[in-house]
Amino acid sequence: MIPNPMMPEVNIPAVIQHIPLQSYLILSTLLFVIGIIGVLTRRNAIIIFMSIELMLNAANLLLIAFSSYRSDPSAQVFVFFIMAVAAAEVAVGLAIIVMIYRNTRNTDIGFLNKLKW
Amino acid sequence: MSASLLILIPLLPLAGFLINGIGFPNIPKGAVGIIGTLAVVASFVLSVMTFNAFVAAGSQPFIVPLFDWITVGDLNIPFSFQVDQLSLLMLMIITGVGSLIHIYSIGYMHHDSGFGKFFAYLNLFLFFMLLLVLGSNYVIMFIGWEGVGLCSYLLIGFWNKNTNYNNAARKAFIMNRVGDLGFLLGIFTIIATFGSVEYTEVFSKAAAGFQVGDPVIITITLFLFVGAMGKSAQIPLYTWLPDAMAGPTPVSALIHAATMVTAGIYMVIRSNVLYSLAPSTLEIVGIIGGATALFAASIGLLQNDIKKVLAYSTVSQLGYMFMGLGAMAYSASMFHVITHAFFKALLFLGAGSVIHAMSDEQDIRSMGGLRKKLPVTFLTFLIATIAISGIPPFAGFFSKDEILAHVFEHNKILWVIGVLGSVMTSFYMFRLLFLTFFGTFRGTHEQEHHLHESPASMTIPLIILAILSAVGGFIGVPEALHGSHQLAQFMSPLYDLAKTANPAAFEHTSLSHSEEYMLMAVSVAAALISAIAAYVMYVQKGAVPAPDSEEKSGLQRAIYNKYYVDELYDAVFVKPIKTLSNILYSFGEIFIDLIIDAFVKLVSLGAKLLRKTQTGSTGEYVFAMVIGIVVILFWKLLL
Repeated sequence: MIPNPMMPEVNIPAVIQHIPLQSYLILSTLLFVIGIIGVLTRRNAIIIFMSIELMLNAANLLLIAFSSYRSDPSAQVFVFFIMAVAAAEVAVGLAIIVMIYRNTRNTDIGFLNKLKW
Repeated sequence: MSASLLILIPLLPLAGFLINGIGFPNIPKGAVGIIGTLAVVASFVLSVMTFNAFVAAGSQPFIVPLFDWITVGDLNIPFSFQVDQLSLLMLMIITGVGSLIHIYSIGYMHHDSGFGKFFAYLNLFLFFMLLLVLGSNYVIMFIGWEGVGLCSYLLIGFWNKNTNYNNAARKAFIMNRVGDLGFLLGIFTIIATFGSVEYTEVFSKAAAGFQVGDPVIITITLFLFVGAMGKSAQIPLYTWLPDAMAGPTPVSALIHAATMVTAGIYMVIRSNVLYSLAPSTLEIVGIIGGATALFAASIGLLQNDIKKVLAYSTVSQLGYMFMGLGAMAYSASMFHVITHAFFKALLFLGAGSVIHAMSDEQDIRSMGGLRKKLPVTFLTFLIATIAISGIPPFAGFFSKDEILAHVFEHNKILWVIGVLGSVMTSFYMFRLLFLTFFGTFRGTHEQEHHLHESPASMTIPLIILAILSAVGGFIGVPEALHGSHQLAQFMSPLYDLAKTANPAAFEHTSLSHSEEYMLMAVSVAAALISAIAAYVMYVQKGAVPAPDSEEKSGLQRAIYNKYYVDELYDAVFVKPIKTLSNILYSFGEIFIDLIIDAFVKLVSLGAKLLRKTQTGSTGEYVFAMVIGIVVILFWKLLL
């Protein structure tokens, strides 16, 4: 590998490992729970959407942490895929929300209860 | 003659069917007629080319393999065509008469809204018929056999808004099914016995390995003959053919007179090796043929529908052909197939022309005196009538006389039946002619006003067929009349194998010329006398058949009602089957429905309870999802 003078070589796994694994676990659990609470309690479709993204990123964070601690790069590849898919999903999801807004003039999911018995 | 051109013969009508069938009703009428007719005419030209090439190459039969079709264990069924004397003759009749009838249909069906559909069906019929006669084994013949049955069904019920016509179509289909079962069993027995369905293999094995009168061969030939009974309308399966006249008249001419109904005769001639090995089957064939010839002719005597008379006449003429087959006069029967195709197609087309002019009137009691208004139709109809009655020198005389001569050698009683039938034939045909074209007009005033000769597209086929009916007999002038009988000579190689298998049957017990002259004189005199009788009755005395309301004597009533055969079949077969199906139906109603209803109730009850969970609120769904995930995680991680 050719050394790059502009960017001093940094050992990223070592940096990550400065912080104990437990902290990552706690942080991502917190993020995930916040996401769940957001999804369950909020009625605004956009907030719910953001909460879902939060849950997704909690999972990503955990993947990265484990990947560094176990010296296994495949989880990082996995994260890239998740991010790419999430981007696509955001595009579709936001488009749906825009359409909902155009039809109902608000983004409250409580109004979307037409599909019932 | 290359193989690819041969393949085109059946493929061209198929292409015509696809174009007209898929394009219906978007193709303009002018184009439909041209496409449909051109496909058949091109087929005819190719058939003639094949025929010439075949004769030029020394009349050597050959097989054109196309592809391997079915291979199961030891049984190998290739898809291949066989070109020999028999298939070539059939090709020429089918495509030749078919072309003329297509041209005729352009004029006849012009006002019909189903014009394109009609031509599509006709072309499809020709495709299957050509497949039937070209195939080199029984299975391909069976495909064609079923295919022509289907087309016959479609075309009988062509005007499908009329319930009676639909019933006639179904009757034809079901009756043919009975015969087809026999045919199918015959094919299975052939496979079990010979391990092959290829004609060449089956016949060479049969000729080499079986004695005359072997029970297996008799079984096979009887089964095959049951198939022929259905398709060629012989007793007891003939009742569908008169009803088949519900279809448009060109269909009656092409399918129910000239080509499809002769498939049974084709099949017997094709299997001549097997039939020659089974004299007892031939006896049955002859007796059934004779009985049908007489029986149908007697019904024809009192019918008043112009097409019904011709239909019974067709049944009766087919009976003659089977009578000939029974006497092993294969060539003579083929000869009659050819001449019959000419004059019966002509009669039907002539009848169509009359019906066309009479604004769809078919009852001869309302016609009369048409000869001045329809001169071309009258002249051609007259020629056909003379031809079918067996008056020399027109076509029917030679072929019918040859059959009768062979039958005379074989069985005197059958010959008497044949002559009686021929007396009746001559009578009812001349009766039809006189009632339709002579005397005074008996229809309504409007019909009289509307009377007109048909357009050229209809009269030209009539004229061509009339010429063929007049001179067609000269391809088979017997030796007694200083002819050389080209047809019999042409066809004789077909029977080589049968001759080696059963030489005794082919030994010539030739009649002396004086005997032959006597037979001819008897049948011609009989035909002439009954023609004169018809003239005296219907022209000089001007008798007109009584209207339906009038009381008839016992025998007359029986004949007029076709001996109540339809009613008999109805009572013996149709009603019991209907009763049985009603019983089974009510069984299904009670037991099966009960079980099914119980299941239905159970499911709908469950659904009624469970659907309450579908509240429509997104929050609740998400909550249920989270709970579900938590439960799964706990179950997986902790338990």
